[in-house]
Amino acid sequence: MNKKTDMPVMLSKPIEAPYTPSALSYWHILPIIAAMMIIPSLAFSAAGDEQLSPLAVLKNWIPLLLEGFVFNLVISVCAMAVGTAAGTALGLGQISPNSLMRSGSWFVTQFFRNAPWLVLLFFAMFLLPFEFSIAGLTIPMPDWFKAIIGLSLPVMANVSEIVRGAIRSLPSGQWEAAESLAYTRRQTLWLVILPQCVKRMLPPWMNLYAILTMATVLASIVGVSEVMTLTGRALSAEGGRPDLLAPFYGFVLLLFFAYCYPIARYTLRLEKKFAVIN
Amino acid sequence: MIGGFLTTLKLSAVCLFFSVIIGVVGAWLQGSSFKWTRRFVNGYIQLFRNTPPLVQLYFFYFAIGTLLPTVENDWGGESPLLGNFAWAAISLSFFAGAFNVEIFRSGIEAVPKSTVEAAEALGFTKLQIYKDITLPLAFRVALPALNNNLVNLVKTTTLAYAIAVPDLLYESNQIWSDNVNVTEMMIFLLIAYFVLVGVLVAGMNRWERSLKIPGYG
Repeated sequence: MNKKTDMPVMLSKPIEAPYTPSALSYWHILPIIAAMMIIPSLAFSAAGDEQLSPLAVLKNWIPLLLEGFVFNLVISVCAMAVGTAAGTALGLGQISPNSLMRSGSWFVTQFFRNAPWLVLLFFAMFLLPFEFSIAGLTIPMPDWFKAIIGLSLPVMANVSEIVRGAIRSLPSGQWEAAESLAYTRRQTLWLVILPQCVKRMLPPWMNLYAILTMATVLASIVGVSEVMTLTGRALSAEGGRPDLLAPFYGFVLLLFFAYCYPIARYTLRLEKKFAVIN
Repeated sequence: MIGGFLTTLKLSAVCLFFSVIIGVVGAWLQGSSFKWTRRFVNGYIQLFRNTPPLVQLYFFYFAIGTLLPTVENDWGGESPLLGNFAWAAISLSFFAGAFNVEIFRSGIEAVPKSTVEAAEALGFTKLQIYKDITLPLAFRVALPALNNNLVNLVKTTTLAYAIAVPDLLYESNQIWSDNVNVTEMMIFLLIAYFVLVGVLVAGMNRWERSLKIPGYG
């Protein structure tokens, strides 16, 4: 449908395909990371023939590293569960009719949201006792348990904001309708408001989960033996060969990418699905 | 302690600067008409968004850092070309930059097409349109999200601790190892970051207000 015209303005422009952030498929990234892992170690290939090649060494360690990674996932799931439970309570506190409760919850939320994750993790690590006793029963607090608590603090604050935002985003008509049907406040929240919020909260919640998963490596700094710590140990067990560094750290990158990227993609899909079209 | 605070401040400032630059340039490249440029930028974003910043930091510092040639330092010994501060700055800038690209892109998409077309009609080149028309408008739309990301970046600078950059956290750690005053230092540390982030947020909000165009956005 090109009409004859001298004015370029009148020419029909080819319609550009709408931009999709996820135009990149999963399989495009994998070769990139693989290249990142292999190319740097090629620079060291003159190191000597009697040694195993970096990838062969990596292959020996993969089971251990995977074990560490699973431990990371366990930490992330636990911290998410604790954080979500506490965060929901805190988020509801932020909209409570009691002003003292409201400002208290607001302050706690802002405090933990604005503190760096690593500092909070240190906080939990050093300030929680390594064991505590209730009625003569001594319960030890292992490092990983403290790490879960330390990581769930910022999650709690973020979930609190997500809950508050979701509740605020509901039209006030919902509250008024529930009130006119003589629902109590608790009933309104549980039966009317929160069920509608779940859908709105899901995408940011999953985003948060991905962030948390990536934050679990922080636990290595405070001495929990998860994948990063194990990587470091594996590297030193191999005698600190410099050509191993890139494959090993690249492998950890790959693990996290393989786990987090599908979550990010799925979140994007959910966001599109739940998008409110005005 | 003050040295640590200054290091954190310096690291944050350097990373803020470079991550915003990466964001601006990346968003521009993402609008390019070459398929491979767009793909490359996309790959960069997805890779850095979906891997832990700490692992990135280690990868840069240990894996790439050891590949670079060493230079002779003042004491006659060998030292790496880029120190831990430089690597922390590079890696964190790339990390935050990946988010900034997305933020600026969403801002650019919010600029009405007719504005760009009007600029085209006035004979602006592509770079001029981006620099003088799209970016200033997109910037205003993107500021709240950018604000959020920069706050995040300041908090992420604590990771530099892992490669022994003497930042606030690192210095505090040294102090409480010496004086066993963990609780006090911890509380001080939290307050220090709280103030740092608070100042940044207040500054950004002020900037946001001063950039406001009446009747736009």
